Amino acid sequence: MSEIKEFVCIRCPLGCNVKAEVSEGEIVSITGNTCPRGAEYVTAELTAPMRTVTSIVTVDGGVRPVVSVKTASDIPKGEIMNCVKAIKESKVTAPITIGQVIVADVCGTGVDVIATDNCDAVQEG
Amino acid sequence: MNKRKLVIIGGGPAGLAAAMGAREAGVSDILILERDDRLGGILNQCIHNGFGLHTFKEELTGPEYASRFIDRVKEAGIEYRTGAMVTGLKPGDNGTVTVTVMGRRFGLEDITAGAVILAMGCRERSRGALNIPGYRPAGIYTAGTAQRFVNIEGRMPGKDVIILGSGDIGLIMARRMTLEGAKVHLVAELNPYSGGLKRNIAQCLNDFDIPLMLSHTVVDIKGRKRIESVTIAEVDEKSKPIPGSEKEYPCDTLLLSCGLIPENELTGMLGASINPVTGGPVVSESLMTDIQGVFACGNVLHVHDLVDYVSEEAAQAGKNAAAYLNGALRAEGKKHTLIAKNGVRYTVPASIDPGNMEDKQIVRFRVGKNYRGATVKVTCGDEVLSSVKRPVMAPGEMEQVILKKEVLTKLPEGADITFEIVE
Repeated sequence: MSEIKEFVCIRCPLGCNVKAEVSEGEIVSITGNTCPRGAEYVTAELTAPMRTVTSIVTVDGGVRPVVSVKTASDIPKGEIMNCVKAIKESKVTAPITIGQVIVADVCGTGVDVIATDNCDAVQEG
Repeated sequence: MNKRKLVIIGGGPAGLAAAMGAREAGVSDILILERDDRLGGILNQCIHNGFGLHTFKEELTGPEYASRFIDRVKEAGIEYRTGAMVTGLKPGDNGTVTVTVMGRRFGLEDITAGAVILAMGCRERSRGALNIPGYRPAGIYTAGTAQRFVNIEGRMPGKDVIILGSGDIGLIMARRMTLEGAKVHLVAELNPYSGGLKRNIAQCLNDFDIPLMLSHTVVDIKGRKRIESVTIAEVDEKSKPIPGSEKEYPCDTLLLSCGLIPENELTGMLGASINPVTGGPVVSESLMTDIQGVFACGNVLHVHDLVDYVSEEAAQAGKNAAAYLNGALRAEGKKHTLIAKNGVRYTVPASIDPGNMEDKQIVRFRVGKNYRGATVKVTCGDEVLSSVKRPVMAPGEMEQVILKKEVLTKLPEGADITFEIVE
């Protein structure tokens, strides 16, 4: 018994409508993609969907109360909420620079959460 | 009086790229005026990723994308002033422009500029502009305001959220509020299609099972002090609510993502012509408004879908402003007027003088509805200049056609060039 699953590819802003025929857990065919990334995307969505997570982290002693962060690469989709929780529970002290590791190996994914913005320290006096 | 060669109004993606474009074309005296306390503009609050795929061939977050341009501007030693609000623009003597700028560190100042680049960006359509009936309680924000609260100030605007409008910022905020622990009940969209990018619908709504209700709108708002509920109704093809389809949804927050409007009060002060479709100034191939020496780029000119295109367009505006300052742009040449019709809502630029254009001219536009397999046709009289079939076109995504100088110089001088969609 095969089944057609429809996706909108998000690998680029084109957003191709891609159809995958799945039979007994196996991908039989993929159609509608304009480039190989479409097939890659749908295969990943069906087997192991991954996402980049972006959020903010509280900063002590900074010119702004929070600084933005992201996972340095994609993590499993199922770990999104755990990842956000880990970020929320962490706290950092200014100054922060872009690329600085905020949470190492978040949720055991092997991926670091890094700062995506700079945040200077408040000058004393 | 302070005299400057080039003044750029706005230090967001457009202003930064325009400054670099002008500097690389040899303008040494440049001043960027930014009203916020830092450069980067709205990118600073767009902490999600997906920026820079075209420019840097990698996915960056907004602040990262901004910082690459800010670093370049700083390395180039381009002067900028933050906390600087431009309150007036008027034509000065000998083709100059007088820029009135105000800030707590330097008071009120008039600057005489040889050329000005408008890069003020856009703002969101507010509740007042949408005419939503009902009470006026607290808890109603534009999506971008909520984005600033959450991502810059670290404050949550509410916990039970309804979003009206499926523009990109609304979609992004649906995910953002969810990740921060709020319950986003639904996104209602008046049109039968979303104005947002498909990737945002997939990643921001579908991933979190947030329903997108197309052809639906808010018909009532309840709550005295704080919003308590909204009533949502289905609309017919004329966007009129269908009686009997109303349903009330309890909430403590309503976010609005119902379109962006180029911020052109200053442009209006100059007396520059505004295109009623885009809300931005009418510009030539050089991105010059009909006021000599005043250029426009980025979202103040027309609302873009991707920042990469803003950067590209703005760099070109900077380069053109440099050419103008060097006396290399002619004002007296015959111009081709670009006519937008049959599904093409507008074109930027609105006219082309082949004598001022480079080898290739990018013409950007948006379409009025969703198309599949339709053709973008560009004609001059009986001659077809370009005919390109596009697999998909959507109102939310910007389209472009590239015209070649060698083609345009062969056309009858000043003949109209028509852009249309053929299904």
